[in-house]
Amino acid sequence: MATGVFSEGRAKISERTLRTDKWWIQPLITVAVLFSFIVYATWRALENAHYYAEPLISPFYSPCLSTTCVSGSSLLGTPFGHIIVFGMVLSPAFIILIFPLGFRMTCYYYRKAYFRSFWMSPPACAVAEPHAKYTGETKAPLIVNNGHRYFFYIGLVFNTLLTIDAILAFKNPQGQWGHMSLGTVVLLLNATFLWGYSASCHSCRHAIGGRLRHFSKHPFRYKAWTVVSRLNQKHQNFAWVSLIWVAFSDFFVRMVSLHPTWNKYFF
Amino acid sequence: MARTLKLRIWRGDDKTGALQDVTVEANHGEVVLDIIHRVQATQMGDLAVRWNCKAGKCGSCSMEINGKPRLACMTQISAYGEEETITITPLRAFPVIKDLVTDVSYNYKKAMEIPAMEMPAGMKPGEPRMQQVDVERSQEFRKCIECFLCQNTCHVIRDHEENKKSFAGPRFFIRIAELDMHPLDILRNRKKTAQEEHGLGFCNITKCCTEVCPEHIKITDNAIIPMKERVADEKYDPVRWLGSKIRRREEVL
Repeated sequence: MATGVFSEGRAKISERTLRTDKWWIQPLITVAVLFSFIVYATWRALENAHYYAEPLISPFYSPCLSTTCVSGSSLLGTPFGHIIVFGMVLSPAFIILIFPLGFRMTCYYYRKAYFRSFWMSPPACAVAEPHAKYTGETKAPLIVNNGHRYFFYIGLVFNTLLTIDAILAFKNPQGQWGHMSLGTVVLLLNATFLWGYSASCHSCRHAIGGRLRHFSKHPFRYKAWTVVSRLNQKHQNFAWVSLIWVAFSDFFVRMVSLHPTWNKYFF
Repeated sequence: MARTLKLRIWRGDDKTGALQDVTVEANHGEVVLDIIHRVQATQMGDLAVRWNCKAGKCGSCSMEINGKPRLACMTQISAYGEEETITITPLRAFPVIKDLVTDVSYNYKKAMEIPAMEMPAGMKPGEPRMQQVDVERSQEFRKCIECFLCQNTCHVIRDHEENKKSFAGPRFFIRIAELDMHPLDILRNRKKTAQEEHGLGFCNITKCCTEVCPEHIKITDNAIIPMKERVADEKYDPVRWLGSKIRRREEVL
């Protein structure tokens, strides 16, 4: 039986959409960027090498929690031993990547991005989606999206650790403080963008003051809410910049690991 | 006359219909509704179109122009190229009555399902006082002109007729949010009913409602997502739920 825009009683129009603009460009770009990131991140996690070039550590591997981690790269110790999966040693990246991945998968902005571009539900506004049935986030697995706040809280822990990584990048390869290199700038920007992404998060906005009914009774929380609300308007920008910069930071550390001269020291 | 416009206007009823080609003269500064009125006056005397204020404030002339949900009275002809054919159809999420007029009674039924604000016991009309910061939040939602473009573009019902019985739609999520955020509303089960009766969980945050809103209400960011977070407080966050039971936080919010 016909459904959606072809349902009984609706205007009899054979086209799924009558939009004449290039509505497909945005989902196409989203697919291209996200797919490239997924391929790159998976390859780097599987590579299990070139993620540490003292004092720089790749954000894909930080914190490095496995006994297989390169010497000096474990900030919090190595509680995980050799884990063998499909005959291969499990990369330390896979132990931690589920958390930032979960934060982004449940993010209110990325939901728009992937529902439109990957799942085409809908591909664009007023463009009919291809699915016969739709239950949204009322059932498993998408009901998990309601737990975004937990990934947000865990994300704060990761931001803190990556900020420590950026501070440690003020050392030189001999472990002496008071130096600064290109890698320091890369990791500092990485931490800044990630804090921006977290601070502009909708769950953060809710926790800071969004859940209040009487703003006037909580002037400090109201003030903080207005600041987070301003950041929240840029959440999409922070989402993309932080994602791309995380990948670039990893790429940079990999290149420094292979070619130490890439990491130019300013002082 | 400044230019000659090529139009395709959908004509028909709930049983049959088709796009009909029309050529009409247009002046500088005119909007699509002006052109429809000229077509009505000169070529299609029985063309049905709903309109009222011609100022973007009554929400009557909602239709789809080149496939995009828009107000005809706020859509400038100059936005379209000289050689472009403009296609005008009725809203495609609702049953059509005739030509460009649709039956939007679904929305009125949904409106009636949302309980009105309940004042604290003993408070008389004229007594309540609110601070400006508390007023501002819901004032944004009061800008709604009920054009139902958001309802029309929401894929939950546009693409799935069967969801209409269990989904209120973005226009009514801003109504629920407005009431739930109101400092004096004492009806405290709005979060539960938003999720369980009005279908808030169907929304997957694709933001089409925000994109088409002629009043630029941030429907998703300021109403739907905050309501989803409030629902999560009660339904999906055991830590928050436990905290609310121990400290009775609801009363200090």
